[in-house]
Amino acid sequence: MKLHRFAVLAAASVLALSVGCERRPGTTEQSATGEILVGMYGSMTGDGASFGRSSVEGAQLAIEEINNAGGLLGGRKIRLLVEDDQSRPEEASNAVTKMITQDKVVAVLGEVASRRTLAAAPVSQKYKIPMITPSSTNERVTQVGDYVFRVCFIDPFQGEVLAKFAYNDLKARKVAVLKDIQQDYSVGLTESIQKTFTALGGQVLDPVSYSSGDSDFRAILTQVRAQKPDAIFAPGYYPEAAIILRQARELGMTMPILGGDGWVGDALKNGREALKNSFISNHYSGDNPDPVVQNFKKAYRAKFNREPDSIAALGYDSAKVLADSITRAASTDGAKLRDAIAAADVPGVTGRLKMNADRNVDKPAVIEELQFVNGDVKYVYRTTINPN
Amino acid sequence: MDTFLQQFINGLSLGAIYALIALGYTMVYGVLRLINFAHGDVYMLGAFAGFYLANALNMDAHPSVLGTIAVTMGAMAICAAIGVLIERLAYRPVRHHSRLTSLITAIGVSLLLEYGGQVVFGATPRFFPQMIRSQTYSLGGVQITNQALMIIVVSVILMFGLQFIVHHTKIGKAMRAVSFNLPVARLMGINTDFVIAFTFALGSALAAVGGVLVALSIPRIDPLMGLMTGLKAFVAAVLGGIGNIPGAMLGGMLIGLMETWISATAYSTFRDAVAFAVLIVILLLRPAGILGSSVTEKV
Amino acid sequence: MSLARKLLVVVVTLAALLALNDVFEYGVGDFQINPYYARIINLIGINITLAVSLNLINGLAGQFSIGHAGFMAVGGYTATYLTVYHGRQIAGWFGAGVTNPLGASIVMVPSLLAGAAAAALAGLLVGIPSLRLKGDYLAIVTLGFSEIIRVIILNIPAVGGATGFTDAIPITNFFWIFSMAVLTIVITRNIAMSTFGRALFAIRSDEIAAEAMGINTTRYKVMAFVISAALAGVAGGLSGQLFANPLNPQNLNFVKSIEVIVMIVLGGIGSITGAVLGATTLTILPEALRSFDQQFPGLRMVIYALLLILLMIFRPQGLLGRREFTWAWLRPGKGSRKGVGRGFQ
Repeated sequence: MKLHRFAVLAAASVLALSVGCERRPGTTEQSATGEILVGMYGSMTGDGASFGRSSVEGAQLAIEEINNAGGLLGGRKIRLLVEDDQSRPEEASNAVTKMITQDKVVAVLGEVASRRTLAAAPVSQKYKIPMITPSSTNERVTQVGDYVFRVCFIDPFQGEVLAKFAYNDLKARKVAVLKDIQQDYSVGLTESIQKTFTALGGQVLDPVSYSSGDSDFRAILTQVRAQKPDAIFAPGYYPEAAIILRQARELGMTMPILGGDGWVGDALKNGREALKNSFISNHYSGDNPDPVVQNFKKAYRAKFNREPDSIAALGYDSAKVLADSITRAASTDGAKLRDAIAAADVPGVTGRLKMNADRNVDKPAVIEELQFVNGDVKYVYRTTINPN
Repeated sequence: MDTFLQQFINGLSLGAIYALIALGYTMVYGVLRLINFAHGDVYMLGAFAGFYLANALNMDAHPSVLGTIAVTMGAMAICAAIGVLIERLAYRPVRHHSRLTSLITAIGVSLLLEYGGQVVFGATPRFFPQMIRSQTYSLGGVQITNQALMIIVVSVILMFGLQFIVHHTKIGKAMRAVSFNLPVARLMGINTDFVIAFTFALGSALAAVGGVLVALSIPRIDPLMGLMTGLKAFVAAVLGGIGNIPGAMLGGMLIGLMETWISATAYSTFRDAVAFAVLIVILLLRPAGILGSSVTEKV
Repeated sequence: MSLARKLLVVVVTLAALLALNDVFEYGVGDFQINPYYARIINLIGINITLAVSLNLINGLAGQFSIGHAGFMAVGGYTATYLTVYHGRQIAGWFGAGVTNPLGASIVMVPSLLAGAAAAALAGLLVGIPSLRLKGDYLAIVTLGFSEIIRVIILNIPAVGGATGFTDAIPITNFFWIFSMAVLTIVITRNIAMSTFGRALFAIRSDEIAAEAMGINTTRYKVMAFVISAALAGVAGGLSGQLFANPLNPQNLNFVKSIEVIVMIVLGGIGSITGAVLGATTLTILPEALRSFDQQFPGLRMVIYALLLILLMIFRPQGLLGRREFTWAWLRPGKGSRKGVGRGFQ
């Protein structure tokens, strides 16, 4: 009897496990012809939907241009496989796992929100497939490993930019900060702002916390109002930014409100008239007369029927850097591609994309003032700040 | 001082929303002894119904009070219908099963509405159009928007209206009878199925008003917005005394005030826990709630 | 079974699991287990532990707790905290690094023990006041405690706060997941077949009558709660230290508790085999529906919810009711013994 039972159990478990059996990758030959499969993950739905859409559209535009110009590695076309992570970090890591292990992509582009990139980057690093994030600015992202790159500036720099602008241009001396404790981006950027502003001689009040998805900030704004700051920093994401702006103005708070690149999203327009007297730091300005920028805008408008934002521009740039690296590596092999990306020096829409030793790019930031014009947000260029 | 007053107003307008939803919870529990988990999601549907109606009427370009009333009425009608539908399709078949089964069914309906909402409306949050141009009135150092004022006034009016219905009309008497003893009420000739359906319709309509009102002042709506709010409204109903209508109102206001008070301190991120901490304290110290009355259980 | 026989079974089971673990994690020659499927199998194991432990309270004792995610959180965070902040030290005592397999397993023991202990304590703190309440109210209070736990964790930066415990070291592997799953099943089964279990069934059938019969209902309910919580804590510790699966307060919420409830309801509340079946089905189902999700995002959760409702309307006792899988089913010739058999009626 005992034998019988164990036989059944053994048979069952072997059967179950054999379902998942497969050949190890690397023991089969890499395909040297046909499409080059590139994976991109982003938030196509949920709180970050604007980010996902913009970054994917930018990448798609770049890839279309490359394919139309003849493709890579002797005529091979790139195919972009897009996965939705629903604005959730665990879905981000699942999506990247699937793209790498099931779909066998040669590289991964994404994500915009640092928190989701931080969830997925370890997967990329583990399987030694290069990942380029278009606009995750939290410092820790590229520290995950040497297979993770970015084409944007990092938050220590962005925080400095914002703090200096508030202190020097807006003459603020006492500021309040509203931080989104659920987002690494917001927490990191807050720290950087605090450090710089205090070093300049200003006073930063204790940061007040909120969570992504909150929609009622009146209680915390009322407390901030009582402390009479000269300006308020709200380095979070656009859905909350829109409401924070509105509710602050409803409470009679007219001081300048500043944010980072996380404010760049379609829902920001719901801030309506409250957008007046607010400023953000951004990756590039659409007002830049440089033909590279204007051509990009024209092509994007033609294909997608709307104005590109800086997230789309970065999506475009990340795809361009990848394509350029594939050409220089003359291969899609993970290790060779990684080395090629590390040596990248590409003129992008958002500036010169030269990969430094930390796998980041040293780029200037722009400050833009926001206005509410014709039912939409208008980003008005103010000034450029270069990295030291 | 004006900060305190400001927070008081903030708390009241938050609490009024909880009160509107709590009223529905308390009525259904009184009549069926069922915690209708899906109630918070009816509130969400009210907000979305209002959203689509408001956009259909192009309210963003032409805000008006009349339009707002029309939208609210529309949302109320839609949600009343949904409430009746839920009762008929999901709760009636399990009415004779155990309480556990009903509870799980209610949870199932709640999840269905939430995720169904995500499929139908999309998971991306939407922003309600401004149906009434926002106006801020300044009284001393306190800023109060016309929307916050409306929320408070409307919910008080509705509460009085509900009290009237329950205590001074025939259908109200029937509702009270069913809540005392369902089988005997049926023996007395009351059409219990109709009364129950009516209760659901009424509660759902109130939740819809809450959904439209809140969407005015906190314009962001998404299919999962009912989950947390619904739970807190339930706590409010228990706090005030489940089955007790003024209790639901009181409970709602208290929860709103406490939550605002906590948000105003350094512990703002503990906000969500406040309602539950209150719940636990109340259930341990005075399970009947502030205005409720104890019922002894007969063996 | 004699002691020697029991010991033999334990040793053989552990050996088998170790062998399977080797194949699972490292493959055989040129072959490996597809990482995607491997992950699902690991998740099944964790969910089995969760479901069977919840079944102890909801099924065997007949109480209604919807706060299981809270215990998973307490245990998980404690276990992970220990590994992250003291793991290297502990592994060092035995002369191993925390990332190599032997070191990882050595650290796992105190890690899981700590998680279980913390969760057990939480179970005690929650159980003592709550178990005075009945039915719906107990459900809501357990929910409340679970949410409070979640919000507290959200505010502790040392364990990652709102962004989750991403610093966790991935020491979980197949062996630990499934040995804990087996342990949970064995513990629950042994309880069910003992006087403790009999007391729980009495409480489940009619609490007031049981009290009248002299059973100290509060004591037994609290004990069941504590054991169930401890096992949930173990599941949490395993889950949080699985590769690319960090603990996150946003995921350890009400919805997670509901997911575990659906597992045992599907399988049949009160049936251990049912819980295993439910856990397996409901881990595989969302993944299988994932491709469906591409065309209609979110539809798989809608199907999930519909399944729950239809189940309650048409078959509230779940797939197996209270019956258990017994070896008798496999014995040739004996066929199926419906209902009566060895089920716990």
